[in-house]
Amino acid sequence: MDLQKLISAIDVQAEWVGVRAVQERTTSRVARDGKPETNVSQMKAGLMVEVLVDGQFAYYATSRSDTASVQAAAERAVQLARTAAPNALHKFTADARPPANGRYQTSDMLTSNPVSAGDLNDLLLKACDTLKVSDKVISAVAMARIVESETQYVSSNGSNTDQQYLLISADYTAVAQDGPVIQKRTDGGLLAKSYQTGYQVFNEADVLGRCEEIGNQAVELLSAEECPTGTMDLVLAPDQMMLQIHESVGHALEIDRILGDERNYAGWSFVRLEDFGKLQYGSSLMNITFDPSISNQFASYSFDDGGMEARKEYIIKDGVLLRGLGGRESQLRSGVPGVANFRASSWNRAPVDRMANLNLEPGDSSFDEVIGAVDKGVFMSSNRSWSIDDYRNKFQFGCEYAKLIENGKLTKTLRNPNYRAISTPFWNSLRQVGNESTFEVYGTPFCGKGEPNQIIRVGHASPVCLFENVEIFGGA
Amino acid sequence: MESIFLNLADKLMSQLHEGETLTLSLGGEQSTFTRFSQSRIRQTGRVDESDVALTLMRDQRRSIGVISLSGDLDLDETSALTELEKLRNEVGNLPEDPYIVLPEGDLKSRAANPGRLLAPEDTAAALTPAMQGVDLAGIWSSGNIFRGVATSTGQRHWFETETFSLDYSLITPAEKMVKATFAGSEWDQDKYERFMADSIKKLRMMEQSPKKIEPGEYRTYIASAGVADFLNMFSWGGVSEAAIRQGESAFGKMRNEDATLSPLFSLSEDFRSGLVPRFNGNGEMAPELTELIVNGQLENTLVSSRTAKEYGVESNFATEGEGLRSPVMSGGTLDEDQILDELGTGVYLSNLHYLNWSDRIGGRITGMTRYACFWVENGEIIAPIENMRFDDSIYRFLGFNLEAVTSQVQVNPDVGTYDGRAVSAVVCPGILLKAFALTL
Repeated sequence: MDLQKLISAIDVQAEWVGVRAVQERTTSRVARDGKPETNVSQMKAGLMVEVLVDGQFAYYATSRSDTASVQAAAERAVQLARTAAPNALHKFTADARPPANGRYQTSDMLTSNPVSAGDLNDLLLKACDTLKVSDKVISAVAMARIVESETQYVSSNGSNTDQQYLLISADYTAVAQDGPVIQKRTDGGLLAKSYQTGYQVFNEADVLGRCEEIGNQAVELLSAEECPTGTMDLVLAPDQMMLQIHESVGHALEIDRILGDERNYAGWSFVRLEDFGKLQYGSSLMNITFDPSISNQFASYSFDDGGMEARKEYIIKDGVLLRGLGGRESQLRSGVPGVANFRASSWNRAPVDRMANLNLEPGDSSFDEVIGAVDKGVFMSSNRSWSIDDYRNKFQFGCEYAKLIENGKLTKTLRNPNYRAISTPFWNSLRQVGNESTFEVYGTPFCGKGEPNQIIRVGHASPVCLFENVEIFGGA
Repeated sequence: MESIFLNLADKLMSQLHEGETLTLSLGGEQSTFTRFSQSRIRQTGRVDESDVALTLMRDQRRSIGVISLSGDLDLDETSALTELEKLRNEVGNLPEDPYIVLPEGDLKSRAANPGRLLAPEDTAAALTPAMQGVDLAGIWSSGNIFRGVATSTGQRHWFETETFSLDYSLITPAEKMVKATFAGSEWDQDKYERFMADSIKKLRMMEQSPKKIEPGEYRTYIASAGVADFLNMFSWGGVSEAAIRQGESAFGKMRNEDATLSPLFSLSEDFRSGLVPRFNGNGEMAPELTELIVNGQLENTLVSSRTAKEYGVESNFATEGEGLRSPVMSGGTLDEDQILDELGTGVYLSNLHYLNWSDRIGGRITGMTRYACFWVENGEIIAPIENMRFDDSIYRFLGFNLEAVTSQVQVNPDVGTYDGRAVSAVVCPGILLKAFALTL
């Protein structure tokens, strides 16, 4: 689609005009218990015309891309902006949309050979067979989700960007039952293995090896002890740290939340604008970065949907809050330093502040040193339950699989592990951070926020971490 | 859009080869969205979108393709025929699926619920004056929503409705909030202004200093909006027959272990209001009424035809996801004006937030209190409470701890827009509990 030609044909009275076009094909293939369940491919294609009139942005989103339709869309957006402007929350200028030029492409896109529908179904059916390690496995599910996406963006002040992505998520699940006891194990949490990557992730030996372990652990959990109740040390695997960072750091630091835009839906934040540069968010071992430059991480890109160039930034350094997760609009409104994270889920939604890749930087401790530092505690992995309040304070999270830690050693397997705490006291109880050898990268396609609602992809990477004196408990 | 869909359906069905079966399922909307913060406009715009899912079945195999539609018949025919060819090339390479259900019959239905909506350019002038003097955050959504299904056996179904909703929170300077939704099909400026004035009056009650309560078990009243949140959880590992069979449902204890809920609790899938389409993506019409839980006993689950075929049970033509589309919980005998007296001393919860199963198989749900939640002593509201986390099992709070159910049921419209604007609503009463576990 020649967006330059389209935007040059738009004739409206506006201070600024932008056009963002998205074409995205999502292919989902699912097999359950040795039978195909889903083979669906969804193509979403359309564009959003955005205008700035009298300091107010407005948009019109349409799947029609002919010149006349785009002109009509721009005219309707101008009309909306003009009638809204007297009640604008903030009077913007074109500074909110800096000119951007460049391209981005997932690095594996050119070298990766697609797997055919038939071959991928064959692999998923084999995965189901491998997950079913015994008759106690009552359900085995294998799923693959492949997204080929392109976002083009042009504007009246000179932006011209083109970003192409290949995003692959996969998961393998075993549900095991013994009488009234039912336990479930996935490959690190639902679709936690979500990457910008190539089709090499469907290497059969790797997939089937993981499936055997997942099946075995689901059965192992049936006879495991219930997670004990008490205040004790908690060690979190990177696949649970993903959720911990996402809920108790990422959303709390989105500047549009701090400004109050989300109060009717996702909620507010305990963080205030005056906290930046001062708040001791966590212990001195806590170093959080916004990093869109890790090549295989799920939410890497070069420009956000407002045209801001993305680069790695420290959000929290040595435990101190430095920078918010807010794009150019939020930076102008708040005066707080931010990052390039003004993002939309597709062509039919306007951008808002979204975390992208938000990571905990590695520390110095080996895995054995982290476990060795615990007299009595629990090591939990793979998220299965999540809930946090609207200020991002009081959270309760549950995991699929846990091990008891006694005198510096992993001992018994535990089922139904949960913990609850309050965000900043919890992060200030961070006592050890694993080194590079424990650092793992994850992501999810399913972060929800915004009105109208948007689901967007995010990435999180972390080493293993030790938190002291956490309230831990078991199942029903 | 209806004529484009019907023409598209005729064209595609005429192109099918011997042995092919096709269903088309369309969803779309033309919506105005205006987002408010501090009672001023944060973002505004319009979205004109629709897409159609083509499900091609041949030789016991199935492949689905979804494409965006433009509303231009020539363009849409071209892209749909291209997608059909793509499916044709793929479907033969897929493994056999023994649980495919082919569409049957040539039933036709049409329902159109036209409304009287604000013009998009009138939105700001109509809405903003009534919200001045308070801090409001929220979302205005307005426009038409449409759904259609066509099958190669001749079924044609169309549903269209015009609705609006202003879903909002009012916030005091001390950050206490009340929540409300003004929704309907016929815009009435006076009614809107009265509704908003009533919300502002409720906000004044929140201006007292909040009371901090300790974790523990409390007598609790949960208003209809909070009960709706619990019922929505039942679409995710609850009423689905497949979920029960596959060890993914909290209702497994009712099926397999003779667990029950309170005799005061009854839940149905009830389409009799006509506000939600009865047809599913396969063109099947659900019964007008399916009783799911009757006086605490699990009587029926939601069963799709695919699940029915796999497990040898009878379908009640649920969607493939087997979620609730039009849930109605029965009212009880507790009069609205008796709620505080019957509660006595305890907590009054207007709304809940961010629910999740903390132990799905055990039936335990965690979440937060939110908005207008109060401490009540001897039947009198004393003060708003600071938000608390709860973590309790449905087998306790909807079981032996369910003391009473209000006689009045309320319609809680689904204002969700993740997958386009929703058309459903949860109809339910409020509930009075002997005990409810607040944990943090």
